[in-house]
Amino acid sequence: MTAYIAKRLLAMVPVLFGLSIIVFLVMALIPGDTATAILGAYATPENVARINRDLGLDKPLVQQYLIWIGNVLQGDFGRSVTLNRPVLAEVTDRFGATLILAGTALVLASLIGLLAGIVSAVRQFGWADRIITFIVLAGISMPSFWLGLLLILLFAVEWRLLPASGMTAVYGGGGPADVARHLILPAATLSMVAAGVIARLSRSAMLEVLRQDFIRTARAKGLSERRVIYGHALRAAIVSVIPVIGIQAGFVLGGAVYIETVFQWPGIGAMMVKAISTRDILLVQGGVLVVAASYVLFNLVADVVQTLLDPRIRT
Amino acid sequence: MSQDPAIRIRDLTKTFGGERRLFGRRSHAVEALRAVSLDLRRGETLAVVGESGSGKSTLARILVGLETPGGGAVEIAGEDAARLRRKGPRAFGKTVQYVFQDPVASLNPRKTIGEILSAPLRLLCGYDRARRETRLRELMQAVDMPEATLSRYPHELSGGQAQRMAIARALAAEADILVLDEPVSALDVSVQAQVLLLLQRLKRELNLSYLFISHDLAVVEAIADRVAVMHFGEVVELEETRTLFATPVHPYTEGLLASAPRLKRA
Amino acid sequence: MSEIASSSSAAGGGARPPRRLSAFALLMNSRLAAAGLILLVLLCLLMLAAPILPLPDPDATAPADRLLRPLSEGHLLGTDQLGRDLLSRLVWGARVSVAVGLAATLVAAVIGSAIGLVSGYAGGRADNLMMRGIDMLMAFPYILLALAIVAALGPGLMNALYAIAIVNIPFFARNVRGVTLALAHREFVDAARLSGKGHVSILLSEVLPNVAPVIVITMSTTAGWMILETAGLSFLGLGAQPPQADLGSMLGEGRAQLFTAPHVAIVPGVMIFVIVISLNLLGDGLRDALDPRLRSGALSRPGPVTAIARQGPVPENSQPEAALSVERLETGFSAGAGRYQPAVRGVSLHLHAGECLGLIGESGSGKSVTALSVMGLVASPPGLIRGGAIYLGRREVLSMPQTQLIACRGARVAYIFQDPLTTLHPTYTIGRQVMEAVAAHQPLGRQELKARAIALLRQVKIPDAERRAEHYPHQLSGGQRQRVGIAMALANDPDIMIADEPTTALDVTVQAEILNLLRQLQKERQMALLFITHDFGVVADICDRVAVMKDGEIVETGRTRELLARPRHPYTRRLIACVPEIGEGENFLPRVARLMAREAREISA
Repeated sequence: MTAYIAKRLLAMVPVLFGLSIIVFLVMALIPGDTATAILGAYATPENVARINRDLGLDKPLVQQYLIWIGNVLQGDFGRSVTLNRPVLAEVTDRFGATLILAGTALVLASLIGLLAGIVSAVRQFGWADRIITFIVLAGISMPSFWLGLLLILLFAVEWRLLPASGMTAVYGGGGPADVARHLILPAATLSMVAAGVIARLSRSAMLEVLRQDFIRTARAKGLSERRVIYGHALRAAIVSVIPVIGIQAGFVLGGAVYIETVFQWPGIGAMMVKAISTRDILLVQGGVLVVAASYVLFNLVADVVQTLLDPRIRT
Repeated sequence: MSQDPAIRIRDLTKTFGGERRLFGRRSHAVEALRAVSLDLRRGETLAVVGESGSGKSTLARILVGLETPGGGAVEIAGEDAARLRRKGPRAFGKTVQYVFQDPVASLNPRKTIGEILSAPLRLLCGYDRARRETRLRELMQAVDMPEATLSRYPHELSGGQAQRMAIARALAAEADILVLDEPVSALDVSVQAQVLLLLQRLKRELNLSYLFISHDLAVVEAIADRVAVMHFGEVVELEETRTLFATPVHPYTEGLLASAPRLKRA
Repeated sequence: MSEIASSSSAAGGGARPPRRLSAFALLMNSRLAAAGLILLVLLCLLMLAAPILPLPDPDATAPADRLLRPLSEGHLLGTDQLGRDLLSRLVWGARVSVAVGLAATLVAAVIGSAIGLVSGYAGGRADNLMMRGIDMLMAFPYILLALAIVAALGPGLMNALYAIAIVNIPFFARNVRGVTLALAHREFVDAARLSGKGHVSILLSEVLPNVAPVIVITMSTTAGWMILETAGLSFLGLGAQPPQADLGSMLGEGRAQLFTAPHVAIVPGVMIFVIVISLNLLGDGLRDALDPRLRSGALSRPGPVTAIARQGPVPENSQPEAALSVERLETGFSAGAGRYQPAVRGVSLHLHAGECLGLIGESGSGKSVTALSVMGLVASPPGLIRGGAIYLGRREVLSMPQTQLIACRGARVAYIFQDPLTTLHPTYTIGRQVMEAVAAHQPLGRQELKARAIALLRQVKIPDAERRAEHYPHQLSGGQRQRVGIAMALANDPDIMIADEPTTALDVTVQAEILNLLRQLQKERQMALLFITHDFGVVADICDRVAVMKDGEIVETGRTRELLARPRHPYTRRLIACVPEIGEGENFLPRVARLMAREAREISA
């Protein structure tokens, strides 16, 4: 097992390397002149040349990449022009908030999704199944940012139950209870789509498994229906749901961009949207790289969990 | 006449796996064939029997060019198989054809039988439309099926009918060597007997040579002139059918014969 | 994927022109999908008709009429912060959103499918290289990559389109590659190659038609997503730039007035929701219509016990001394809309203690359905027992309460199934599975259970049972797996064992070993064994008596030796005549030829 994890960790290296190249290239191929963008009205030829020299933009692409990746590996992501502080510091500050939001949403989505999917499969064509199927369909057809706005209108404006925005109260906030109160609406909104997708997949995985020969064997042994469904069928179905949860982690991390904007959650998504509109390239670069790397890591965990659950992959 | 054999195999080997992986270690290697030598004589039916994993299917796939040989020499109709392969799929397909075990899987579900059978007529024989129409009708007659079958889709046929179509496709190429890979083992007994009869009749009428792969000893005894017994990638015994069944020499052959269920009719 | 084994048309064969249900008819069968399609058509008509509808200019500002509520005079849906008519903006904005979403879908589908097709078909190094590239794209959280691309290209609607399309290429590439890979190794592809077809021709005319449904399904299920994502980028201010407006940017602009005039943000959201939900309904319907497995209703959940709806009186037990009596059993499959397809028609069987009864027949004769009916194991839906009775001694199984019937399974009647790889749970060790069989009927502690399981594995002659118990099914050979199946069946000393083609998937030498084991166990324990098979040789080997089934009925029953030597029913005679026998050699085919010729004469006479 340790050998397997080590192998997977090793296999991550080229993926991360490729990620860094894509991130670098996307940013390096930006049309228009970064220096001009930074300087705006002060873009005299001398100033442009100076900035290009300072940022190393006058060197060939490969050399630029090597310098950049070398710095990144030493924890130097450069300095944000608009915020005038190191990119890494800003990104790590923001990333914590995003992790709280996305992590909560993913856990919620997995629990709700799995539960709904199983109930739906077990009660196929019954009322519970129909209601769940409808909610799931509505959930995945709705723009999440719009749902967020609706929830703000209802819970914050109309009923004044929960805060509309931010991560902590402006005065006297900051405790875990305060953060939790602020977390409810954005996490619920963010988990909706993922919960829907997971519910659909676990429903069809359960139905698929319940048709398999080994379920008939379990029944022929005289196991109770409860054991057949929640022992044998669920165990086999979960194996195929785990990778879906891994993929949904990516959707949740990405969806956080909207939700953070709507709820003004001080996360990395909201930061990047701002950075893109102010053309703060280094900040975007750093943000994308950190989020993507964490996603790769998460998928590794999902893979390992799946391997633990399915002996057929192990050998 | 002193003709070349239909197929001559010398020291044929094939290993699967064993490539070097990214991080040094070799993947697990399986020797599917270890130095197999065989001759398929003109006009005979040579059966190759063996259990799963004996390498008999690998042998068949190499002979029709679906798999590349690892080592050794294969001659088909007197010509080196590697050179034949270099001449392109056309030359190969005109010389030797293949009938698959699962007849339904070997027919494209989205094409009609007519479309499937036209491909070899057009590509291998180069016939024009009118000639193809005639040949299609002849082929249907040859395999005892109504012409209306040409407009059917494969899933609309029974297993036996589908196997007749697969045989018709092999005949369409006008090759006189057929490799039959378990052609009757997916069929019910009564259908199996009919297909065997059909194969025997076609062989006589069209002067074909069969390499007949099977795991069923009784079927093999009924149709083969000679039998090769394969075990773990090797031919352990090769003998005239009558001799082999009467006096098996190799212990594995003896074991196989003893295991085969019999009717013990009074 | 393309295994279109629709049972209804397979029976039709080459004689009668088969019924072919078009995908469209199937689509319209689903009420939800039809609703989605109609809604979508209406929306499309509305959007296409926008230029000729009597709508005010969507960009005409009117500061005096700012933020009018819906249902105001002249503005059905009210106005926005610049006094522009919301209804008009909604229709024009929807045009933009849908056009961009569909264009992105098309671009992603074409490029992604091309990559997937080539990669899956070529295999090897090319495949590896392409898929590593795709993995790299997929290593980015979904929207993040789109953001990065927009960041690089700059905000704008076209750039958003490119970004969404690029981000979705991996989905198509992966799906299509998976299907192509499976198809590329299918026998009909090999057959096409042997027919002289080149790679390009095979890819386009053999593989693509079989992959096309997958592409259509993926398109229909992702189109809604793409519209949502385009709206999302515009909402963030990275897509459509003023004065150009799509639904997303309308929502984004409306957000500023959320507290004072919520309708400005809510209305475009509703529009997006309606468009996407109708697309998703249609997509689900398409998937169901194009996926042959769903078409046959195969994905409905089977209940714990076969559905029983007996018409008429319950037949008496005609041989009360038998261990198992099946009396005039009627089992079949409901084919929807009240239609019923019989599989077993009035079958009666009597199995006595210590005897082995063979049930033989060709595929589709109903022998397995008979066997599974005994303990209500025919999957329902669609299985249905319509009549007859099953007696275990004096007790009638089909009138037992469900829990009692389940308690009989494994304890009084145990099963052994055909393919031991698919019939064992893939992620439980074999030891655990045997323990479970014991625990289902005997309240024992863990240690006892374990000891019992290992003892059972030894009884079926699994070498090194203690160590083997820790193994998973895929680590065992076929013969050993079947031994595990037998061990589970023996776990509670059943009176009756039902073996459903237990050796069909095995090699002859292994088959002989398993048959020996079964025979020996049956004699030792004086069990009643019902043995289902299609092989007369196996019947001769193990059965005392044999019943021959054809089209759901038993045509002949008798002692094995007598029946094989002197079959009375013409069907049995023909069946036995068609079995080649070792020792018969070249005489077999002439004999069959004579038989067939005689039959042909009889038919024509």
